[in-house]
Amino acid sequence: MIQVEKVITKNWGKPNSHTLAEYKRGGGYGALEKALKMTPAQVTDEVKRSNLRGRGGAGFPTGLKWSFVPKDNPKPKYLAVNGDESEPGTFKDRYILENDPHMMLEGIAIACYALDAHQCYVYLRGEFKKQAEVTEAAIQEAYRAGIFGKKVLGTDFQLDVYLVRGAGAYICGEETALIESLEGKKGWPRLKPPFPAVVGLFGAPTVVNNVETLANVPAIIANGAEWFSKMGTDKSGGTRLICLSGTVNRPGVYEVPMHCTFNQLIYDETLGQGMPAGRKPKAVIPGGSSAPVMTADELDTAMEFEALKAKQNMAGSGGVIVMDDQTCLVRSLWRVARFYAEESCGQCTPCREGTPWQTRILRKIEEGRGVKGDVELLLKVASSIAPYPPIGLGNTICALGDAAALPVHSFVTKFRAEFDAHIDQKRCPYGDHPWGHFGGGRS
Amino acid sequence: MALFTPEEQKRFDAGIAEILTHYPADRKSAAMLPALRLLQSIKGWLPPEGMESVASKLEVTKERAYEVATFYVMFHTEKPGRYTVDVCTNLSCSLWGAEKVLSHLEKKLGLKAGERNEKFLLRETECLASCGTAPCLQVNEEHHENLSLAKVDEIFSRLS
Ligand SMILES: Cc1cc2nc3c(=O)[nH]c(=O)nc-3n(C[C@H](O)[C@H](O)[C@H](O)COP(=O)(O)O)c2cc1C
Ligand code: SF4
Ligand code: FES
Repeated sequence: MIQVEKVITKNWGKPNSHTLAEYKRGGGYGALEKALKMTPAQVTDEVKRSNLRGRGGAGFPTGLKWSFVPKDNPKPKYLAVNGDESEPGTFKDRYILENDPHMMLEGIAIACYALDAHQCYVYLRGEFKKQAEVTEAAIQEAYRAGIFGKKVLGTDFQLDVYLVRGAGAYICGEETALIESLEGKKGWPRLKPPFPAVVGLFGAPTVVNNVETLANVPAIIANGAEWFSKMGTDKSGGTRLICLSGTVNRPGVYEVPMHCTFNQLIYDETLGQGMPAGRKPKAVIPGGSSAPVMTADELDTAMEFEALKAKQNMAGSGGVIVMDDQTCLVRSLWRVARFYAEESCGQCTPCREGTPWQTRILRKIEEGRGVKGDVELLLKVASSIAPYPPIGLGNTICALGDAAALPVHSFVTKFRAEFDAHIDQKRCPYGDHPWGHFGGGRS
Repeated sequence: MALFTPEEQKRFDAGIAEILTHYPADRKSAAMLPALRLLQSIKGWLPPEGMESVASKLEVTKERAYEVATFYVMFHTEKPGRYTVDVCTNLSCSLWGAEKVLSHLEKKLGLKAGERNEKFLLRETECLASCGTAPCLQVNEEHHENLSLAKVDEIFSRLS
């Protein structure tokens, strides 16, 4: 059985865990009080030494990101919270917002103090109605309790927090598109550099952090950087929320130690509780649909940034999707490819033209109309958006291009026989049941 | 006919004024998403005259409002019917029967995904962050998860 000291989920399941009263009962906002007695530089340093890394996808060291904000820039500084959570397979931030919004809000207050930011925008995806209601109520509670407003906990530090809801666009989770959206525009990513920490919202220095990233901050300040870093691996502190979905007995969000492997996640009795009888995992997406797929014999890898990087892969958003040995991987990849074609913002030619082209080829193969050479063509199209390996060679403005190409490269290379079988048999070998053990639906 | 009833006009004006307090005075245009959301919550969609009102309040052209409105799928620049039904068919939901849910609804409502009638707009949508409680759908902004076909029937039996 996997043991974990809960950081993010410690209050989940308690009655009224979303309220200020309940959060305070567990010592909530004590870390903010402590931080306000430190200097902003000390707070940033503590976060740096904790080895906290961003939970939004890229795993960038959080304290280091904060330190990029220029101190001598006369413009106001901003914190933008990324609660867009739209990466397929990812569903963790929503539970933080539903169960314990104050943990994130306390993290926001501490981060803003460290950054000398007096305005924070919390950007939640438009579909999060319930989550927006709970979070907005928590923000109002914090204002009434003197946690936000002109004098944060009675000090001279001023902080305003405003919740903005998106309106349905995956691309707005990309940090520069999120900033464009916060500026009231369509979500078209900006070329980097300059990075948002230097030129962000309204042309001012802006830190963009994920919901889960910020929710870790209070515990770091309360218990110290060493406590947090020791919990994790060499280069990555703390625990991690993993979103487990697909063909497993118990899908859900689990807080696990950094060293937890995919096999442990799937089979542990406190986590996924194994596969349905007689089924084995065939393919596993390790970090949201943008991450390269893994085969069954790679599943003893830890679900952690460095371990996955060593395998030319990525821990991404923590969205783990399991496909069993009855799942059609051509069909699965076609659906994933369609997503990126749908969500491409259309600014860059390789992404705008390449994503629908990938989708058309995959559809053709899945429907039994594929011919020799189609798989090679598919790989060529994917390479024209972003070659692989390694990750990050994209020919596009933002990483959505890489995200669209990585699944294609990895599914095709690792499961080539399935693509060829579709072409040879001129049909999908899985017939009317392409979606694996649970594909018939719930009864 | 005027776009807003006097009551609605009051809500719109007060709403916009409140939203603008959260932005720098010289950045009114940044309030576009909350402002369009407000308009849609009042009228059920974004009528052209409404987008013009938003644009003039935020001191931008109406083309700018329209450009933003058409970029985001949750904004309706056409009248959507009483209920917008969004069924997630992305990977995790498909692994739990989402295509069955969609075809069940297509039959039930007599619409193909992407089509609308007086009462319903039926759409296939992308991941709604319910992959662990798949499959899922939204009716307007109400979210439903762990769907079986029986549960879908029950949800729709409650819609008038
Ligand atoms: C296409 C695309 C979509 C993204 N979607 C999200 C998202 O929904 N939520 C998120 O936190 N980060 C998302 N990211 C990553 C952000 O750009 C950014 O790295 C992150 O918010 C930084 O926060 P962190 O350092 O705390 O992880 C996305 C990136 C790309 C390229
Ligand atoms: S890579 Fe795709 S989504 Fe990103 S900016 Fe270019 S066209 Fe838009
Ligand atoms: S795939 Fe349907 S909610 Fe994520």
